[in-house]
Amino acid sequence: MTWDWDYAREVLPKLLEGLLVTFEATVVGSLIAYVLGLVFAFIRRSRIPVLSQVVWLFVEFVRSTPLLVQVFFLYYVLQPELGLLWTSFLTGSIALGVHYACYTAEVYRAGIDAIPVGQWEAATALSLPRSRVWLGVILPQAVPRVLPALGNYTISMFKETPLLIAIGVVDLVGEARGVGAQSYRYVEPFTIAGLLFLLLSYPASILVRRLERRVNRQH
Amino acid sequence: MSTDSTDPTITFDAVTKRFGAHVVLDELSFTVDPGEFVTLIGPSGSGKTTILRLLMTLEKVDGGTISIDGEYLSHMERGGKLVPADEKHLSRVRRRIGMVFQQFNLFPNMSVLRNITEAPTRVLGLSKGEAEARAVDLLDMVGLSDKASAHPTQLSGGQQQRVAIARALAMRPDVLLLDEVTSALDPELVAGVLSVLKEIASTTDITMLCVTHEMQFARDVSDRVMMFDSGRVIEDAVPEKLFTSPEHDRTKEFLSAVLNRA
Ligand SMILES: Nc1ncnc2c1ncn2[C@@H]1O[C@H](COP(=O)(O)OP(=O)(O)OP(=O)(O)O)[C@@H](O)[C@H]1O
Ligand SMILES: [Mg+2]
Repeated sequence: MTWDWDYAREVLPKLLEGLLVTFEATVVGSLIAYVLGLVFAFIRRSRIPVLSQVVWLFVEFVRSTPLLVQVFFLYYVLQPELGLLWTSFLTGSIALGVHYACYTAEVYRAGIDAIPVGQWEAATALSLPRSRVWLGVILPQAVPRVLPALGNYTISMFKETPLLIAIGVVDLVGEARGVGAQSYRYVEPFTIAGLLFLLLSYPASILVRRLERRVNRQH
Repeated sequence: MSTDSTDPTITFDAVTKRFGAHVVLDELSFTVDPGEFVTLIGPSGSGKTTILRLLMTLEKVDGGTISIDGEYLSHMERGGKLVPADEKHLSRVRRRIGMVFQQFNLFPNMSVLRNITEAPTRVLGLSKGEAEARAVDLLDMVGLSDKASAHPTQLSGGQQQRVAIARALAMRPDVLLLDEVTSALDPELVAGVLSVLKEIASTTDITMLCVTHEMQFARDVSDRVMMFDSGRVIEDAVPEKLFTSPEHDRTKEFLSAVLNRA
């Protein structure tokens, strides 16, 4: 097993193309996870009969089944059944986002619960309308506290995107496999793919840890 | 809804409050007149905080009714019948009441100024300029003109509590509830807060209901003192009377215990 620098240089542009797809899936997935997770947390808190229980069941279900099964289910069952015509990229990113929303929902719940009850009571004593209490008082205090946890989930998502190869998304790892298959040389593409993951997730996790320390100092 | 000028500002009519099986208030009745400063005293657990929280609609009554200026707070009339107040009714009547908490409860994500202007702009519909002018006046009154742009975490407890008082007053409430507002403060910071309260009591016609262990203060500013025990008023008198010649043994015991502790 030898390392061929020329070959490595040759496959790099393709791999970077794949990295871009990985990136996009992570961004789309994160946005869905951040927004939908908050919606889930709201609905569960609201105790709206039936809806609240349905969301609870859904969250528990998603958390106890493998992501790959959910990706397959969305791609091969739900999506054609509903006639959605989503691309595999969109389907995969949505599956990723919804899956992680079930984790971020818990993060938001904990963040909201950590706000002292006195903040709610002061808001009530001032007659602030419900929407203002959430947007002006509770979320501005809760969201900064949960940013590190959300960041960690984004890093996890980034590392889980190769799963989407299963439905035909050509991400970084997909490209590595593709170029490897063409020339029967896998060492360089997979090594570079691994290094690229490391190069991005490690600094990101350091950033998250720094953010965590800053948040902890403030509370 | 007619408001009779002779109505008391606060009316508790046979109010019962339970926490589980524990009856905290048992058919409690009392009234407070417009502009009166009434102090509630009594041993720990006697229900003083519960009374203020019921008035602030932070708790719901289990029996009886509470009225503000002759208008039901805890209930509303629907089809000639009295039903528990819904959120819409509560949010309208509760505007007339303000509360200052033991732990200040300022919003740490807002500047001092925003803490004071938030509710007047969002609830009363004041313009930003009007609300800020009002806030500046109030900050001046509580002696914190230079702290408008500070954040609550940068202030001492005493300063935070004075901001909380200004925040409550910015809503121009008819009734101001004060629950042990100096209990969380370092001793040297208590006097500043009490002098602000004294000024409010003497210069405004806000009806004030105050729970405090500061007996000298209660004596100086109260029009009336109510002694509570086990959720009942056991003595209700002007301060000179209650503090110098209380009638009940429970009041005497309580006062001597408090005065010895101080
Ligand atoms: N949320 C609650 N759940 C259960 N019990 C409660 C609750 N709030 C108050 N109580 C009980 O009700 C009783 C009256 O409490 P309250 O806080 O009104 O007393 P207090 O007179 O203000 O006492 P303190 O001087 O210690 O502040 C106490 O026995 C208390 O344990
Ligand atoms: Mg109390």
